[in-house]
Formats: sequence, structure tokens, C-alpha cells
Amino acid sequence: MKRTFRKGGIHPPEHKELTEWKAIEVLPPPPLLYIPLSQHTGAPASLKVSPGDSVAMGALIGEASGYVSANVHASVSGKVKEIVKRQNHLGAFTDYVVIENDGRDLWAEGRNSSRAYEHLTPDEIRNIIFEAGIVGMGGAAFPTHVKLNPPKEKKIDALIINGSECEPYLTCDHRLMIEKASNVATGILLLKKALGVDKVIIGIEENKFDAYSKMRAIFLSDPSVSVVLLKVKYPEGAEKQLISALLNREVPSGGLPMDVGVVVQNVGTAYATYEAVVMGRPLVERVVTVSGDGVKKKGNYLIRIGTPIQYILEACGVEDGIKKIIMGGPMMGVAISDKMLPVVKGTSGILVMKGAASYEERECVRCGRCIDACPMGLEPTAIARAVKNCEREAYIDLHPMDCMECGSCAYVCPARIELVQYIKQAKLEVIKARQKN
Amino acid sequence: MLVPPIMILGGLGLLFGGGLYFFSRLFHVEQDPRLEEILSALPGANCGACGFPGCSGLASALLEGKAEASACLVGGEEVALRIAKILGVEVKVREKQVAVLRCRGSVVERRFDYTGIKTCMAAHALAGGDLACPWGCLRYGDCVLACPFGAIKMIGGFPWVDEAKCTGCGNCVKACPRGLFILELLQKTVHVLCRSREKAKDVLKVCKVGCIACGKCVEACKFNAIHVNNYIAEIDYEKCTSCGACAKVCPTHAILNFRGERKERGILPSPKRNTKESVLSQTSEGME
Repeated sequence: MKRTFRKGGIHPPEHKELTEWKAIEVLPPPPLLYIPLSQHTGAPASLKVSPGDSVAMGALIGEASGYVSANVHASVSGKVKEIVKRQNHLGAFTDYVVIENDGRDLWAEGRNSSRAYEHLTPDEIRNIIFEAGIVGMGGAAFPTHVKLNPPKEKKIDALIINGSECEPYLTCDHRLMIEKASNVATGILLLKKALGVDKVIIGIEENKFDAYSKMRAIFLSDPSVSVVLLKVKYPEGAEKQLISALLNREVPSGGLPMDVGVVVQNVGTAYATYEAVVMGRPLVERVVTVSGDGVKKKGNYLIRIGTPIQYILEACGVEDGIKKIIMGGPMMGVAISDKMLPVVKGTSGILVMKGAASYEERECVRCGRCIDACPMGLEPTAIARAVKNCEREAYIDLHPMDCMECGSCAYVCPARIELVQYIKQAKLEVIKARQKN
Repeated sequence: MLVPPIMILGGLGLLFGGGLYFFSRLFHVEQDPRLEEILSALPGANCGACGFPGCSGLASALLEGKAEASACLVGGEEVALRIAKILGVEVKVREKQVAVLRCRGSVVERRFDYTGIKTCMAAHALAGGDLACPWGCLRYGDCVLACPFGAIKMIGGFPWVDEAKCTGCGNCVKACPRGLFILELLQKTVHVLCRSREKAKDVLKVCKVGCIACGKCVEACKFNAIHVNNYIAEIDYEKCTSCGACAKVCPTHAILNFRGERKERGILPSPKRNTKESVLSQTSEGME
């Protein structure tokens, strides 16, 4: 029997067929790039350039300002036009470095030169990853070097590579695994070495059988790496669900995967690691799935970090009457209001929708489907009710902080209650209460 | 025939009655009689503004000496004096504070169609809110829900603070995700009704009455009580004398003087304040 996680989960329409067979295309960089200094979880990078400076591709423009932070590099060569403060897709004010592209793509000194990687020590690999500003490419954008350096008291015995890509529409990881299979594999082995574990499990959902057979063929002779086919179920790509599916371990409430001896990395992160360690290229571009019924040329594109969405939409062509643009997948992504927002390190997809369903919220019918669907075993309806009734004391017992906002509950709710938003609000209140104490 | 049931029921009644009497004596809890008195003196809104869990929490804290007699922000001096009388302590009366919403609400334009739940907090958490001004009032009325005294009303879709009803509990200050409310003394009548940290050009794009950080108010102030930092004028209420000179020169009318309005409604205390003793005698007369 194929494995999957135990609690909850849903089966939304996949729509992966739209871009599944489209090979990765390179999108030429735009004339103006907006590179935010805060693209990752943690402290924003500190500015290293000033307006008027000329920068080479891969040059450091923002330096990590703390342990949980990441470097930011120029993704084209050109001139820094200005530094602007704008709201990012989550509404937080962030500094953007605006770079005028000179079109020459000149790499900075020492970058883009391949290196002998076989004899690098784990510390050296970690350092290169930190230097290259690599963050989790699945969407959460957590700095990778932090994940690879767990505290001494946590014994890590397994590295899980997340190739499940459970979000509908998105196919960027799928294409990476097919087209860059050997590079991804090298990246995986580098991550394994950096972490110092002897067990690697690659989890791939069965709707990507071609990727599975490719990865399996590569690792057939390596007994330490197992490639596992998973049943299709959303949200399988969430860390805790993947650990449950592959190792049958449960991450404690409020804990991290390292509490059960596991580190999870995305396929995209493995590829970025290969690029950084072997090819000497910092994280300046990523594969983004551009899809949805509002796009003419759907596909998987290699896009420079900082490319405004407006430019991508012009290049791919949009149909008339689009209603919604989503950054990320349809389940966990964020609808954006500003087309000048750029692609960042954590952007896995850009979805353009012609229809934007808007439902009126009805009263809860107590069917309990949200409870069945919740992969974390929470009671979304109870949390929503507590929020509506302002019962702040009730939140704590309902553990809203365990929610990862996968949206399964809101997807199945027949009363169309915006459960995730209510839970988000409960989370905000809990955080507020914690800060006070 | 009736005698045995009467005997049995009567006997059981006596037995349980006796038991209740005995146990209530055995487990008798000594309670300070002043607790009831204090509880009846407190407003009973359980708003939590004092920092204790409800009025009963404050009452026991008062008895234990953990709180000042004037701890009830809501009751103001009347309640403080009554409590001081019950406890037999001196009290420093706090002056009445009111909440002021620092936005004039001229922005109605929305950046996008927001279809989520209709609370300010949720709207603000999604991409910083749908309002064209990223600093202004979102108008979903979290403050209205938060106010335990019904002092905030939605008038024309915009919250309005009824200063006569406002007790200064500060629940709206906590509820507003954009931090637009401020608690200030009723006598401080001049306020900057804008929180936008945008540059003048960006403010004027969306709002005609926002602070454009021109600095005219700074020049006009004789008391060095108003400063422009981060593109927003801010009043130092310690120094401010509420003369209103800044409000007169503000080109966008972002600074307003509430003196006239408050006087008209009769909620502004007259400059010659009653002495503590006279208030005390008034309130105690009122009680009797």
C-alpha cells in the first residue's frame, strides 16, 4: 500500500495537466527589477548598496543581519536606481532595491565558476549555502543554513526531500526533478553531507510517476537514499504531514521536525544547493509555474528574483477579464493587489484566474467536515466560533497555533465559512497575548 | 396510612437540614464585609481595563492592597473616592481620559475587493488591508465590538467616539490593528488625526486631510510640543497646552481642536475644578 499521512486531508482538482508537460523555459530578465531585502522568514537583510552603484550579477546587495536571516544578491548586472519602501505581498513594509538591467548579465568576480565539491566538509557546504542566500524554496522561505545546523542536543537521523508538490496547479518541482534530475540528486547528496545523516528519503506523489522513476533510477545503487511513492493527498507537502507519511513520526505541538530527528528540504532547495556549491551561483533565479485559466502561454519559467509580476504577465499574455492573481498555489498562496510585486525566493507559482468565487458566509451547520479534513487534528469550527464570540480564553485550548493554514477546512466547508481567516485571527490574538506576558 | 411517609420525609428533611447547618459551620469562609461594598461601588462592566480579571478581581486586589484606590479607570474619581472611603485610605484622583481615533476617515477607496471576514484585524492581516491608505481606519468596526460601554458607534460607516460615554478603559486601543486610538486626558483637546507615515505625495494621492509633514505646526507651536518624525506630526502631550495654534495653521486640517465640540456637549471640565472634599461630600450625599 502506498503511504500517506494519517489525519485529514483533501483531494482538490489538480489542474497540473496545464503545465505538467511544459519544459522549463528561460524568461529574459526585465529592464527593471525590484529585489526586496526581506524575502525570507526572519530578520530582513541589511542594505549593502546605495543608489547609483553599479552591481554585477550575483553581487551581494543585502547582508544577512542575524542568524535567522539570508543574503540577498543582485539577479542581473546593472545599476542601482533607487531604494524604495513598499508593501510586500503580506502587507509589511519592505525595502526594495530597484536595479536597472544593463542586459549583459555579467557575473560578479568569483561567481559562476564551478568548483570541486567532492571534498568539501559539512561546514564548508553550510557556509556556501549561507553565502548564496538559499532559503526553503517550497514557499515558507526559511533560511536553509539554519535548518542544516540543528542544535547539538537534537539527534538528526533522517533527511526528507520533499518532492510531493501537493498544491494544485504547481509543477515547478516536478519539472525540476525531470529536467535537472542529476543536478537535484547532487544537491540532495550535498545536503545529506552537510547534515551528516545516513538516511535520506525522497517523497514523491504518484501523480509524478515519471519524476519518481527518474529519481529512483539515479539512487538505485545508493542504499542510503530511498525514493518513496506517496498517495496523492493535499497537504502532503507540509513538513509535518510528510514526516507522518514517510516515517510515521508525529511532531509534537509547537515543535519542529528536528524534535523527531528529521530535517525536511524541498527539491527546489536541493537544486539551489547544487547551483551554489557546484556552479558557484548564488540564488538569483528560480522556476516558477505560471498557470491558471487567465494566462495564454502557461508554463514553467526560469525567472530572475525581483521580476515584477506585471512583466511576467506581459510576457506570457493574459486574457481579458482576469479577476484574481495568486502568488503561490491556490490553497496557500496569497491573492495580490499590486502587479508590480516581484517574484521572490519563495514564489513557486503565479496563478491568474478569470473567475473569483465569492460566497456569502452562512451559519455553521455542525457537519464536522472541517474536523475530518484538518490534517493537524484541530477543530476549525470551534476556533471560528470562539473568534466570532470574542472568547479569547477558549483559543488556547483549541491550539490555533498548530494550524499551518493549509485551507483544507475552508475547502470542504458547505457553509462557506472563511475558517482559515478566523484561525489566522485567533493566532494573531494568541501572539498578542503572549507578547504581553 | 399517611403517617409513615410523613415520618420518613420529615425525618429526612430534618436530617439533611441539620447536615447542611453543620457543614456550613464547619467549612465557614471568613469574608471581608468590605468586599461586597467595594463590588457594589465598582461599575460592574468587567472590562478588564484595570488589569485584573473583572471587577471582583479588582475588589479582592484592593482589599489585599495590591491595587491603588484609583485603579478603576472607568469609574473615575467618583468611584475612586467611594473606594477610598470604604478602605479608609488617601486617594490621588486620576483625571478623565478619553479615546481619540486618529484618522479622519476621508479615504474610502479600496485597493482590491476584500471578500474575507469583516473584521479589521483579519483585513489588516491580508496584504495590509484593502484600504487605499495603509495607515487609516479600515471601518470594519473592531473597536465598536471591543467597547464595553457602547461609546463607539458607526456613523456613516466610520467609528465615532462618544466622549461623554467613553471611560478611558483602553479596549479600543488594544483592538485596533493599526493602532489608531490614543488615550489622552479630556483637557488635551488638540490631536493630530492622521497616522500616515507616507510622504506628502503618497498621502495626497489617497487622502485630502492627511498629515503631509509640512512642518507648519512645528513652527507655530510656542511650546515645542509638536514634532515631525517619520513624515507624521506627533504631539508631546506633556508639553502641549491645547492652545490650538497648530490646528489653525494645518493646511490639510489633519490637526483638529476638539475644544469647541467638547464644550458644546458640556463634557469638558471647567478650568476651576471642584476640590476633592466637595466632590466627596457630593457623592456621599448622592449615596445616601
